[in-house]
Parts: sequence; structure tokens; C-alpha cells
Amino acid sequence: MAKTEDDIMQANLQGIPRDRLLGMLRWMVLSRRFEEKTAEAYQMGKIGGFCHLYIGQEAVAVGAITALREDDYVFTAYRDHAQALVRGVSSEAVMAELYGRIDGASRGAGGSMHIFDRQSNFMGGHGIVGTHLPLAAGVGYAIKYRGGDQIVLCFFGDSVVNGGPFHEAFNMVAKWELPVVYVVENNSYGMGTDIDRVSAVDDLFMRACAYEGKKAEQVDGMDVLAVHDAVERAARRARETSRPTFIEARTYRYLGHSMSDPAHGTYRSREEVQAERENDPINSLVDRMEEAGLLTEEEYRAMDQKVIAEVERAAEAAEASPVPGRDELYAHVYSDEFRGGLDRRDAWR
Amino acid sequence: MAVITYREALNKALREEMLRDDRVFVMGEEVGEYDGAYKVTKGLLDEFGEMRVRDTPIAENGFAGLGVGAAMAGLRPVVEFMTWNFALLAYDAIVNSAAKIRHMSGGQFTVPIVFRGPGGSALQLAAQHSQSPDPWYANIPGLKVCAPATPADALGLLKTAIRDDDPVVFIEGELLYNVKGEVPEGEHLVPIGAADVKRTGPDVTIVTHSKMVHVAMQAAEKLAAEHEVEAEVVDLRSLRPLDLDTYVASVRKTNRAVVLEEGWPVAGIGAQVVDDIQREAFDDLDAPIARVSGLDVPMHYARALEKLIVPDADAVVNAVRHVCYLD
Amino acid sequence: MATKVVMAQLSPTMEEGKLLEWKVAEGDRVEPSDLLAEIETDKANMDIEALGGGVVLKILVQAGETVPVGALIGIIGEEGEDVSALMAEAEVAAAGTPASAPAEEPPAQEVVVPPAPPGPPPEAEPAVPPAAPPASPLDASPAPTAPEPPAGAELPHSYVGESSVTGRVKASPVARRMADEAGLRVSDIPGSGPGGRVVKRDVEVAIALGVASPAAQPAPAAVPAPGIPSVAAGAPRLVDETLEPSQMRKAIARRLVTSIGPVPHFFLTTEIDMGRVLELRGAMNARLDSGKIGVNDVLVKVAAQALARHPEINASWQGDTIQRHGSVDVGIAVAIEDGLITPVLRSADRKGLLQISAEAAELVDRAREKRLLPEEYQGATFSVSNLGMFDIDEFTAIINPPEAAILAIGSTVEKPAVVDGEIQIRQRMRVTMSCDHRVIDGATGARFLQTFTAMLENPLELVL
Repeated sequence: MAKTEDDIMQANLQGIPRDRLLGMLRWMVLSRRFEEKTAEAYQMGKIGGFCHLYIGQEAVAVGAITALREDDYVFTAYRDHAQALVRGVSSEAVMAELYGRIDGASRGAGGSMHIFDRQSNFMGGHGIVGTHLPLAAGVGYAIKYRGGDQIVLCFFGDSVVNGGPFHEAFNMVAKWELPVVYVVENNSYGMGTDIDRVSAVDDLFMRACAYEGKKAEQVDGMDVLAVHDAVERAARRARETSRPTFIEARTYRYLGHSMSDPAHGTYRSREEVQAERENDPINSLVDRMEEAGLLTEEEYRAMDQKVIAEVERAAEAAEASPVPGRDELYAHVYSDEFRGGLDRRDAWR
Repeated sequence: MAVITYREALNKALREEMLRDDRVFVMGEEVGEYDGAYKVTKGLLDEFGEMRVRDTPIAENGFAGLGVGAAMAGLRPVVEFMTWNFALLAYDAIVNSAAKIRHMSGGQFTVPIVFRGPGGSALQLAAQHSQSPDPWYANIPGLKVCAPATPADALGLLKTAIRDDDPVVFIEGELLYNVKGEVPEGEHLVPIGAADVKRTGPDVTIVTHSKMVHVAMQAAEKLAAEHEVEAEVVDLRSLRPLDLDTYVASVRKTNRAVVLEEGWPVAGIGAQVVDDIQREAFDDLDAPIARVSGLDVPMHYARALEKLIVPDADAVVNAVRHVCYLD
Repeated sequence: MATKVVMAQLSPTMEEGKLLEWKVAEGDRVEPSDLLAEIETDKANMDIEALGGGVVLKILVQAGETVPVGALIGIIGEEGEDVSALMAEAEVAAAGTPASAPAEEPPAQEVVVPPAPPGPPPEAEPAVPPAAPPASPLDASPAPTAPEPPAGAELPHSYVGESSVTGRVKASPVARRMADEAGLRVSDIPGSGPGGRVVKRDVEVAIALGVASPAAQPAPAAVPAPGIPSVAAGAPRLVDETLEPSQMRKAIARRLVTSIGPVPHFFLTTEIDMGRVLELRGAMNARLDSGKIGVNDVLVKVAAQALARHPEINASWQGDTIQRHGSVDVGIAVAIEDGLITPVLRSADRKGLLQISAEAAELVDRAREKRLLPEEYQGATFSVSNLGMFDIDEFTAIINPPEAAILAIGSTVEKPAVVDGEIQIRQRMRVTMSCDHRVIDGATGARFLQTFTAMLENPLELVL
């Protein structure tokens, strides 16, 4: 079934080899199935707190992170499950974290919004809108300080562009020439508010033009390959010239802002959501690969089944993982022994 | 023992640690070319270059956050706030990022960073530039907080803070920069979380920190000379962790305590100290603990009212006489 | 409407009183100001009179019983009136009252004018309104204490003194702990803090002075000291016994421990030639038919004269000021059965010897009968204590705060003295003045004693 480079080009697959395409597809399917399982577990009360799902936006995380090297760094906001998975955090570790168990990526201390993984340089899961943009700049500073050639990839939501940290970080990475690639996932809604209602500028990449004008661009965030291409170019530029890039990926989230928010209602219609689903990033890649003869229906179904099984295993493992004990309470507040004793000040539990 | 100023002690600490560890760098507004708004970073740019002595835009949340990220990646930033008043814009970076990342990553990432700058009132700087941020940070688990009163402690604590693997909030006294004092020759480190008894006495314990240590010492001399009361002055030096063993032990000895701070009274540092004493030394108390603090009002510009707001030695003397049943 | 008869507070330091005798019986009709009962306070025996008229409906405390200040001791009302509610209150109150065993029937005694409490009597709640706070050892002025119980005051139980049923004593935590460790009760220690709080220094004083506590009677020494026979032949046989201190003994204990600890004492002793004074006194007495002048009268007179010349001695430490007193009021320590009391000779510097002698005699007599009114034994500016009649050569006395000094007089004895270069047998008297160093310095005290001595040795000055 050897396909030629031409077939691939014709199918608008940008000449990317089949195994890499299959890899991206698999990450998108895993992200989708994982989030579906998460929604189910949340509704069963196994997961608590705020829980923001990624369904619909998979192309952004997958396209971007698959363009990185293993020693690069990734920051994101609180909608972080997919980014963690694609960065290489195991399904078990992410799911156990959502369950608040000791085998979770952050030992159950962080939960859905605060997944961290030192091994894969996954720098978190940050819960305050915009707070992590300067942090990403700081990692860029450290890379430059040491003369390294890694880069930092930093995802954030569309609402961030109206806040101070965005501008403060962009100014610094541009002025000091730091190797950071910022990707705004513009899903059009800051929680339940249309970005048009609160932003003076519709095309968010324009916001970055004041800092690094020519290196701000807008891509179709529902097309994993378009995202991949843009981030690959930006990463190369950062690695080779230590210059930052700003990418606006236009995407769409199918569900509500979080598990406790409606998918549609006052701020957007059901029809709009249904229409956007027609432009699904997974289906789009599957269609193109099938068209190019790189994927059959059976192969896709088999992949999906394997992913579903992996997610089920992750949920079972999470269920079986122990709840953190009292010894975890103060265990990671400080690097050294906690002196001064919270326990001395409140001995009643 | 050399006699140097508090400002020189801080400069010496920075320089020594930058020479010792090339991961240490300083950043902040005017720390480089201008030599620092209060000249604490004087000469460092020339010696260490721009990458290690970074002038920043006036964007506190931005450069504080950048420092946190650099620390996550293994550097040891020393972030200077021109004054702690401006750090309110960076409160998110300090409280929600620096203090919590180690905890919420399950111990995977540490944030070895120092945030430093002057706090407290100076002279007629009015409400926005005259306040004590001490309790705002002492309240936060995940932070360590230092507030030295003397050149020796400034030197030893800043060096320790830079070497510490956790975020340290280092609050200097704006009016202390010119205070002179002896500092030991050679390597001088002061542990974080260790109070220091600056004066011993059997009659009453005055617990305080930073600039107010000097007010307490004045009051103690006055009490000795005029009222035959010998006060013990406990300099907290660190506000988190608080060295409750030291001040509780002192109160066990003296049976009376006055807790002094420059900041506001409600939920102040003194409130915690009082709680620790009443809990751990209740049966040793001979009088209700007295607090002396800044008055509960934003700072006035007018000099006469400013003087009224900041605690002075007479107020401390009055409080001590009260707890000693001498008034 | 029934009115209550309560144990009135009749001295600033009185916390409880002993009912010595009822002057009326249940069923008797009384008019306002009629004498009802006689009680023993910590300083004197006093009378309680009726506030209003009516019939004595109930007598609730029997002669010989001791009850706290404010306790209900009787009820006066109209015949047939229902007093069950008041009775019930009294019972509740009595449930915890440590009443002493009734003494034997006291003999009828004459009646003295009563300072009866005005206003409605206090509620006989389980708790009794607090005694006025004990005076601070640094300021023993009676001013802050009320001369009568805070009638009708409704105070939370937590403010009630320990002498009451549910009461507690205000004491600082460390004072409680130290008292515990020393086997003392804080209730036995006078408090000098705000509201009478017992604080550390009070306990230190109490420990230093060995204030006895019923809770901590020291065990008798089981092993006699070596070399001393355990029972001397023919000696009176001693027995172990625990004595309940009288009201007065308790007050003395309370008052005096507030002195020597907080008051920095120092002592000045000198010896005075009394020959000429004794001659002069003899001459004067020879001309008197009655009311002879005693040596002590002379000493009081001379001391008062000297004080008038040394106002710095006639003064009090007031915490942050020194009060110099406008009049010279000399307290005369009088030993009486089971204690001492110090009647005050007012303006002694402006009175002649005869007047002093007469007044002192009258006061001393009434003191011995425990019939002094509070104003007669409070507020001296200086005291004289004479143990000469007990053949004491010299001694030191404890200052009675807020006075700044007290003069301790020893006996006048014949002894050799060098006079004009020759040894002569002279009448010599040793005196020791205790001084409050906050008010008086050594030289100040010494100058006063010089004046005192000079006046005694040249008694004509008294006349001039």
C-alpha cells in the first residue's frame, strides 16, 4: 500500500510521513476519549472541583506539542489534560490526578487544573488567567541564560490577551529575545462571554504585533497539521535565533467552559455548536488520511478501540490508587522540614 | 568585625552569592545602570553583566512571574521591588505561583527565588508608599519571610535566603539602609526562622522585628534608666516561619509581653505572636499581652500625623509599664 | 414590702463578718435606725441598724457565724408577709457559705452607733457582690474601696470574689501557678493588679513572707535538731494545733504583706538620751491630778513636731507621684487581743501634750474594746510603734502603706554613756525608723531623726 509523496501532498497532508500522522491522530483520539471518560467520572462524582474539558480543541495541543523536542518546555492554563497527555504524561497519572489519588501526576495535590510533570518538562497547569505567561518567559530567560537551545511552548486562552500579564510577558520576551512560542487557543469564548463583547481587537494575533510584529500569525486551530506547521516554524526560529513567536489558533470547544457550565445557552446557540462540530479536527484528519489511502476505517476503529481500552485502564488504575494520607499534608509545601508548625497552631483534627 | 551600613551589607550578600553561584542573578527596576533606586545593587552590573543584573520594565507582575519561571527552570533569581508597595501588582506571581507551585506539583518543582525590597514607612511618602506588607506574606504557606533589623542580620539572612530552595520574601526597612553595624568577618549566614534576643532582661519581653527593633531597644534603655525595668528584646528576624520557641521561652521567663510592629494591628504579625504566647505560655503570663502597632489608618502625609501613626519608644514604654502593673 | 438585712461592708478590707449578737429577736418590731445586731469585722466590732421600720420576720444567721459581706442575715417586713422567695435566695447563698461554728452565747453588749448601709440591700444571688477590690500594695489609699457593699449591683458571677459561693479570684495565670507550686491559695493573697488581680509580685511577696495557707500547713518537724532535748523537763507541753485566724489576724496578714515586698524598706537606728524628757515629764505629771502624760505621748508629740519640720517624711508614694500630706496624722500602734490596730491622732503637730495624751488614751481604750470607727484607724501619715513596755531594746517595724515611715521605739534603759568626756549612767532609748526608699533617702531620714533626737534631748524646745 505504499503511497507516494504526491498522494500525501494532494490530500493536503503537507508531506508528513504516515507514522507521524498516525501519531497525531492517536493523540487526538486519546485526548477525546480521555475527556469523555473524564466527563463520565465527573458526573459519577469520582472527580471534584473545577474540571475543564478539551473536546473540540484537540488539534491545537496535538499539532503544537508534536512539533517540540523532548527537552523543550510546555506551559498551559487550567484546561490542561490533553496537553499533559500529548506531552507524555501517562493516562494513568493524569486520571489519578483527577481522582485526587497518590499516583496522580501531582500526587493528588493539584487536581484537574494543576497537572505537572518534571520529567517531561510539563510546567503546569496554572489556574489564574494569564498568570503563567511571565513564568514561561522566565523559563525562556533561563534557557538563554545558560545558552541552551530548548524552547518554551506556552498555551493560553483568548481572554488572556486583554490582561496585563500578556503585555508584560510579550514585552519582555520581545525585548530580551527569549525563545518562547506563545499559542493562544482562541475558542471565541472567555468562559461564557464572546470575546467580541470584551475585546477591542477581534484578530487576537494583532495584539502581539506591537511587540514582535512580523512574527505573529493566525492559523486554523481545527487543523492539526496547520497548527503543527506553524509551531514547527516558530520553534525552529526560537531555537535558532532566540526570538519569540505568537500564534493565534482559531478553535472551538464543544462543551461548556467547565463541567459545571452549559455547552450552549445565553452566550451561544445549540445550532452554532452543532455547526462547528461539522468541522471536527479528528474527522478532518481521518478523512484526509483515508482520501490519501493512508488509513482505513478498520484501522481507525482498531485505534479507537485500543485508546478506549487505555482510558478504561487509566480509570481503573485511578480508582485503585490510594488516597493521599496525612503524611502528604505538609510534605511538599517547603523543600526543607516545615518549621513553625501548622500542627502546633491547630491541633484539633 | 567591620562596621558597614545595612545597604552595604545587602550589597555584600548579593555580590558574595553571585560570585559563589552563577545561577544567581538579580533583576528589577533600575537595579543595573542606575545602581539601584536605593543603591543596594551598586556596582553589580559592571561586575556581572546584563544577563545577571537585569533592568526591567516597570511591570511588577511580569518580571516577578518571569523570576518564578526562571527559578522553576533552575536559576536563583533575586527580584528587587523598588519598594514593596509596588509588589502588590505582583501579588499573584508571589502568592499564587511562587508559593504554591512546589505544593501543587506534588513536590516536583521548587521555586528558589528571593523577592526583596524596602517596606514600612519612610518620611512623608503618604499612604500608597508607606505601609508594612509583612503580614500579607507571613500569612502564606509556601513562602518564607525575613525582615532583618541590623546589617549583620541583613547580610546573613539574605545570603541564606538566596541559597534557600524555596521562595523567600525579604522585607528590608526603608529607613534602615543607612543604619551602621558590625558584621562578622568571613562567611556569615543567619538561619531563616531563628529569632534573636537583642537584649536580655528579666522583667518583660518585647517581641518585634525590623525597624521596630531599634524602637524597642530605645524603649528598653528608657525603661532601665527611668523605671527600673529590664526588658528583653526578641527580634523575630523571620516572620515565616516564626520562631515561637524563642519568644515563648522568653515570656516563660519574664511572664509579661509587649508585641511591637510598625504595621496595622488587625491580623498583624503581632496577632499571631500573641496567639502563640497565650497558647503555649498561658500559665506563665502575669498580665494580658499588650500590642503596640501602627495606628489603624492609611498613612497621613502631614508630618505631625505621620509621627502619631508610627509607634515610638514612648508608646512601648507605656505598654511595658502597663503589663508590669506600673501605670 | 420586706427589706433585707445584710452583712454590711464596714471597712475597706472587710470581706466577711462574724455575727456577734442579735439585738432583736424574730417578731420584734423595730423602727428605722434601731440597733439590730453587733458584728465583728476585720478591724472592730460594729453595729448594724435597721434601715426601715417593721417586724423582724427572719433571723438567718446565728450568733457566732461568719458570713461574707453582702450575705443576707435577716429580713424585716410586715407581719404575715410572705418571705419565702427571699428565704430561698438566702438558702442558695448559704449552701456554699463557709460559716464558722457558732460560738458560745455572747454576753449582751452595749450598742454603738451603726454605719448601716444605705440603699436597697444587695441581691442575695448565689454569688455575692464583690468586696471592693483590695488596695494595691503600692497604693493602699482607701479611696477606691466603697465603704458599703455595692448595693443592688448586678454583676456577672465571674466578677465575684472567692469568698462567695461560686466565686473566683482574679489572678494572672503565672500567679496561680506559682501559688499552686508554693502551696498557697490565691484567695489568701492580696491582689495589687487592676480590679484586685493577684499578680506575680503579690505571690512573690506572699512566698517571701511565708503567708500561711490552710491548704499548706507545714508538717511539724519530725526530727528535733541535734543536741536539743525534744522535751525539756518541766517545760509546758506543746501541742500541734491549727488555729482559725480572726478577722483581724487575716486583715493584718493581708495588709502587711503588701508592705515589705513592694515597699523598699531601709532602717535607721539611733540612741537617744531620755534623761531630760523623763525629768520634764515627771515635773509635769506632778502637777496633774489625773490623765498623766505617758512617755509615748511625748514621743508622738515630738514625732509630730519633727514631721512638721520635715514634710518630706510626712509623705506617700503614689505610683508616679509623691504626695506630701497637709496635716500630720500620727498612727499609734496599739497591741490588742489577737492583733494590733493603729488609731490615728489627727493634726498631732498642732495639739498640746495634754490634748494628745487625753485623745490617745481614749482612742487606745476604745481600740482595746474593738470599738474604733474606720475613720479613726485609717489615713495616718506616719506611725509610732512602741514595744518599750515589753523590754525590747530595739526592733524594726513594717511600714503601713501608704505611709512612708514608721518609728519603732525600744525600752528606755539605764546604761553607761559618755557625757562631756565622762562615763555616766544615763536613760537611753533606741529608736529605729523604717523608711520607704521611694520617698525617703538615707540622709533625709537621718535629718529627721536628728531633729527628733534633738527635741527629745532638749525638751524645752517643745515648750518654746
